[in-house]
Order: sequence, then C-alpha cells, then structure tokens
Amino acid sequence: MCSKTECFTLKEKQRFQLRNPPMPDELKKRGVQQEENTRRWRDSRRRLLKIMGVAGAAALAAPLAPGLLTRVAGAPPEAPQGQDAGSGGEGESTQRLRRWAMVIDLRRCDGCQSTGKPPQCTQGCIEGHLVPEPMQWIQVFEYEVPGGGTQFVPVPCQQCQSPPCVNVCPVGATWSTPEGPVLIDQQRCIGCRSCMAACPYDRRFFTWGKPPAPPETLLADYRPEREYPLPRGVTVKCTFCADMARAGRLPYCAQGCPQHAIYYGDLEEDLATNGEEVVELSSFLSQNQAYRLKAELNTKPRVYYLPGHGEAVGRDAYTKGRMDTRWPWVERVKGAKTWSRSGPSQ
Amino acid sequence: MEPVGPVAVAEYRERLEKRVLAPLTSTGKGYYLLVAALLAVVGWGAYAYFTQLREGLIVTAMRDRISWGLYITLFVFFIGISHAGTLISAILRVSKAGWRVPVTRMAEFITVVALSVGALMPLIDMGRPDRLQNLILFGRWQSPLIWDILAITTYLTGSILYLYLPLIPDLALARDRLSDVVAPWKRGFYRILSVGWIGTDNQKRYLVIAMTLMMLVIIPVAVSVHTVVSWIFGMTLREPWNNPMFGAFFVAGAIYSGIATIVIVMALLRKVYHLEEYITPQHFINLGYMLAGFALIMIYFNLLEFVTTGYKLAGEGEMHFRELFTGSLAPVFWFYTLGGMVLPALIIVVPWTRSILGVVVASVFVDIGMWMERYFIVVGGLRLPTMPYEPATYFPSWVEWSIMAGAFAGFCLIIAVVVKVLPIISVWEVAEHYEDEKVIARKDAEGVLAGRLVAQHPSSRPFERSREVERP
Ligand code: SF4
Ligand code: SF4
Repeated sequence: MCSKTECFTLKEKQRFQLRNPPMPDELKKRGVQQEENTRRWRDSRRRLLKIMGVAGAAALAAPLAPGLLTRVAGAPPEAPQGQDAGSGGEGESTQRLRRWAMVIDLRRCDGCQSTGKPPQCTQGCIEGHLVPEPMQWIQVFEYEVPGGGTQFVPVPCQQCQSPPCVNVCPVGATWSTPEGPVLIDQQRCIGCRSCMAACPYDRRFFTWGKPPAPPETLLADYRPEREYPLPRGVTVKCTFCADMARAGRLPYCAQGCPQHAIYYGDLEEDLATNGEEVVELSSFLSQNQAYRLKAELNTKPRVYYLPGHGEAVGRDAYTKGRMDTRWPWVERVKGAKTWSRSGPSQ
Repeated sequence: MEPVGPVAVAEYRERLEKRVLAPLTSTGKGYYLLVAALLAVVGWGAYAYFTQLREGLIVTAMRDRISWGLYITLFVFFIGISHAGTLISAILRVSKAGWRVPVTRMAEFITVVALSVGALMPLIDMGRPDRLQNLILFGRWQSPLIWDILAITTYLTGSILYLYLPLIPDLALARDRLSDVVAPWKRGFYRILSVGWIGTDNQKRYLVIAMTLMMLVIIPVAVSVHTVVSWIFGMTLREPWNNPMFGAFFVAGAIYSGIATIVIVMALLRKVYHLEEYITPQHFINLGYMLAGFALIMIYFNLLEFVTTGYKLAGEGEMHFRELFTGSLAPVFWFYTLGGMVLPALIIVVPWTRSILGVVVASVFVDIGMWMERYFIVVGGLRLPTMPYEPATYFPSWVEWSIMAGAFAGFCLIIAVVVKVLPIISVWEVAEHYEDEKVIARKDAEGVLAGRLVAQHPSSRPFERSREVERP
C-alpha cells in the first residue's frame, strides 16, 4: 500500500538490526528512574485494589472493546490489548476498563527554565516516541496571565471524549479507544486534513514530506500506539502512552518532567501519580480548582490543569522565554526532510 | 414586431441551424493555437502535480497550521461556479423566462465542466491519493467530506443528465444534417447519443416530462451541494467558520459567481462563433440584473455577518475581524467587498455603463472577487491561531499556482473541445421559441389575440413569464 520510497526493504531492516543503535545517555538514566516510578505506582495501585476488592469486576471491558482497536493495535509486545500486562498473573489483572487521564499541575511547571534546558516533557516524548522534527506532541505554550506575567502550559493532545477530529474523519482513521485515548491509524489515513482543521488545540501534525526519524524506527512494527515508521502524507499526534500505562509505566512526558508536574492515572480507579506521590484523582481535581482547556467547546478533554505559573518551584511569572526543543538524533532515515509548522517563511 | 409567415420561420430555422452547427464542421487555425496553448498550461499543471506526488505535499506552502490552501479554495470556487448552469437554467425554466432559451445550454456546459474540475481539487489536496479506495471501504456517514462526495456525485450525475436531455433533438439534428461532412467517429457519436430521436409527438412528450422532472430535482440538489461544501468548514470549531449562516452564504455566492461565469463564457463564444443574432445585448442585461440582484444579496449577507461580529468583537472573533479589515488579509477582503460586490452592482445599476462590455467587466470582477472570498474564508479561517502562537503565514508555492493555472486551463480546454462536438445553442428550443413568438405576433396581427398586450419581444422584459401559447 505504501510507495517504494516510504517502505523499507528487508535488507535495509537487517542492515540496521546489525547496528544496535546506542541509547542516548539521558534516556538510559531515565530508564532507571522509570523503573523506580513504575514500581512505586504499581505497589500503590495494588494496595488500593486489594482494599477495594474489585477483582470481581472482570470481563466488563471485553465486549466494549471494538473490533477496530483489536484489529489495528496488532498486539503491542509489552502490553497485549485488554490485559493489564504490568500485573499479569496475580489475580487482579481484571480486564476492567481503564479510563486514562492526565493532570498537569501548572504550579509546578516552570517551562524547565530552572534547569536551563528545553522543556523536558517534550524532550522525553521526542526521545521515547521518536517524534519527527518539527512535531512536538506535547508542546509547552506560554500564556499571558492577569497581572502581566506568563505561565507555561504543556499541551499534549487533550484526548477529547467528544473529539471533533474523530467526528470529521471520512475513513475512520482516527477513533476514540474505550480507554479514552484518541488514536490514528496511519495506514488508513488518506491525508485529507479535515481533522487538523477540526482540532481546536493545534494538536495534530502532518507528515508533509518524508518525516525525519532515527534509523531505529525502520526496525519497528507499526502500530497506532507507537507511530513509527511513519509514512508521508498522514496525520500524527500524541497517543497518551496507553501502552506504557497498561505496562505499568508513566508516559514519557511525565517521566521526563524534573518537577513532577504531570500526573497520570485512571479515572475508573480514581488514582493518579506523578512518579513521586499517588493522589486520589477526584479529590485532587476538585480541591485544586482543576480546569480544562477551552472547556466551553465541550470537547471533554481527558487532560486537566491545575492553575498556576510555576510558583511552587520558585518561578518568577515575569521571566519570559524558554529554550528551544532539540531533536536528539544525528543520523536520520534517508531522504527525510524537516519543515516548519507555521509555513515556509517562518 | 413584424408578423411573419411560415416561410420566414423556416428560413429562420435554416439560418439558425447553419450558424450553430458551423463550429462542429469547420475549424480555424486560431482554434488549434488556442488548444495547443491550453494543453501546454494543463501539461505544466500536470508536471507540478507529478512533482507533488514525488516529493509529497512539502512542495506546497501548506503546513500544520494553515493546512488547507489554494486547492481547497479552488474546490469551493469551482463547485461555486458550477451553480451557474443548473440552478440558473432550472430556475429560469421553472419561471418560464423565455429569454433564457439560447443561454441554458452554455450554462449547463459550464456546470458539468466546473464540477468535474472542482471535484478533482480535493483529490489533488490529499496526502495519500493512493488510498482513495479507503473512502469506499471505510467511508463514515458522520464526516462532512463524505456528504460532499455524495452530494457532488449526485449533482454531477444530475447535471450530466440535465445537459443531455435537451441535447437529444440537437444531436439528432447533427446526425441528420452533418452525416456527410464530419468524421466517421463523430457520425457514430451523434447516432448513438441521439438514441433514435425522430421527433415524433410521443418522443417530444416524454422528453418534456423527463426535462421537467430533472429540473425539479436538480434545484434542491444544487442547493444541497454548496450547503454541504460550506459544512466542511461549518462543522469545525474554528471561530470564523462557526457560522450557521455559512450554507446560505455559500449558496448565494455560488450562484453569484456562476452567473458571472456564464456571462464571460457567453461573451467569448458569441464573439468567436458569431451568435449575435441569438445572444442579444438583452441577454447580457438580463443576466446583469440577476448579477446585481445577487450582489445586493451578498452585500446584505456580509453586512449581517460583519456588523454582528464586529459590534461584539467576542473572543477570537476580534482578531479575525481586525485581520480582515486592517490586517494581512485586508487587501483581499477589500477587493472582494468593493471590487467583487459594490463595483459590479454599480456598473449594472448605472444606466450608461449597462452594456455588454459593462456586464462582462462586472462579471470578471465578480469572479475574481469571489475567488478571493473563498481564499480568505479558507486561509483566514485557519490562520487564526487556536493556541498562543504567532499566526502562521501562507503564500502558495509555485506548485500550487501551477496546478491552479492548469485547472483553469483545463476548464477552458474542456469547453473548447466540447463546443466542437456539441451544439452550444439549443437549436430546437430556440426555433420553437421563435415560432411561438411569431405565431403570437401573426395571430395578434390577425386580431386573434386582440386585446392582449403582446407587442414587445419578451426578451426585452426580464423575468417575465412567457404566455401559454396555442399551437397553430
Ligand atoms: S487526515 Fe487522516 S485522520 Fe485526519 S480526517 Fe483525514 S483521513 Fe482522517
Ligand atoms: S486535542 Fe485535538 S487531536 Fe486530540 S482528541 Fe482533541 S480534537 Fe482530537
């Protein structure tokens, strides 16, 4: 289905397989941190599950999962669909339906200015998902706040529960999964870009040319939760890392955040964690005046924000600007091109 | 008007047939030059598209933030001018405006050609044209794009039928008259397409029934087409597109640019093929009146939109409003407002500019203005930032301009080829209309219709219903 320039021959794949690409140092360090986070999160969840004794609420999700998802998900290696791989074989792997959600605590987000680095959530996402330049699936925007200062707002795809992008897609290439994330099937998308016009959060990206990516993407088996290798002429966006969550890990952005501003969790279980502490989601939201971006549009995002401008980590609201995001790989797939998101002249 | 006898009617018919069939048999040098030039431009556009296929959409100036550009503008524009034909000729048929008769055929041509060219545009705009089949395999009823595909294919089928039905007697005429002079393939073409028409009463009766049915069906279809085209935009949450009036706005704009296109094509064909006897200044002036009427409707719609949003300047609307009135889109917006609506209306309303030339000039302005409106609707709507980033920029790349040139050249090329194959004026309808007029005039002169006011040729009275006429 894909043209010659965009698919990779077996030979090419083998060539890259031999090479075993080195992992960036940052990523390795994060790997350790990630294991630690995972362990903590898993433990806390296990405790709660035992207390609540919800193991019986099984088999609920199975009939709800539509054929579409099982068809395209293609059994991710570390997290088979509909199964809690992170806690498999311990009796609590209930097949209950997760409802993933994210809370971003803006009181703790300083746009990574204190670290002197570009936003580490974006950086983590790029490194984990091998996001092609110039896409920032989670992008840190600088909003003005009353009083003259600014706040930093990291914006991933809002995983709308009433997603305008899904409504307009003519071929069902983008759809809402029962767990909440909105995914894109890049092997079905026809590149009409209706969904880009429809998304009110500027969170959909298009591969205008052959997307720049590191050669290791060539090895991968494509699935919508890991959007590589990417063909040209399709839309791409944040996947909410549901495969990571099912495997008991935090999304790359949450792992990357040095201030632990990003919480990720399950509305169903009413728990979320930023890798440091575990909170009860409902009371955490209601007690901290959580809001959602453009709530008036009624897109019902799964991403919540707690108002703030980095004050909890000592940011001065009047300091502006942040460092630019960098793409880590030096070696790219052959023929890849970068572009600017805002038009050729910018 | 002079009362005339049957001899004069036959003479008129003879002359008419000769004139209209002339382009089908003889071709001048200029024609070949024109076709060659058009082919060259189309070829250039095809090369540009090939480049785009090879490199991807990166060769255009569209990017994530302004993700639709010239192609979608052209799509809306061409689908708009396709409302020329069907809607205009159907409306005029329904209202029995006698003066329409020599114009309808051309209007219907334009419809079919513009629709075909317009429907190509979204395909050119697609990131993955190789996955076109997905629209059929996985098409979803919920998507406005699918509504578009349905509406446009219905409309295209309808307008081809609606073009074809009144053609049958003329094709039969070409078959009978031209069998010795044209190439064998053309002869076969006329024979097959005229489906054995010999003009019996029964055939005529069925033809009239079929035409009446089609014209009743085609009007709602045409309205639905541009309504759903507007819903590609209207169904999103973008502030400038979030406008319940969009459908009506688009339909009015479509008819408006459609009339202008008919006027331009009519003027060209009339000059080239010496149709002055049938397409009179009165035709231009009547179409000019329609144009002026729609200009007023458009001005009114714009007033409704911009006075209400401009008064409140709510939310993101403020930025869009400033952008249009004084910002980067201001030249386009003001050209559209003043050059595309006010000026044409003035040209037609003021008596001493109300001539063929005046109407044609007004039409050219209308078409350019409406193109600009489509442009600022598409690009302006997307340019408004949805998040706090600097507004994106868009200026079409050479590939997009070339494909646009190719599309316009293709439009002209198809018309140029078609006028060589099909009669561009409906011979039988014009002749019948003429006969009716003469019969009335004669009977009037003989006192049969005494007491009824029939002195004027109906074409000098726009929008008037022609009278029911007894056959001799
Ligand atoms: S660009 Fe792809 S995902 Fe988006 S609406 Fe079109 S087909 Fe669907
Ligand atoms: S944020 Fe945009 S891309 Fe994400 S679900 Fe909502 S509309 Fe779709």
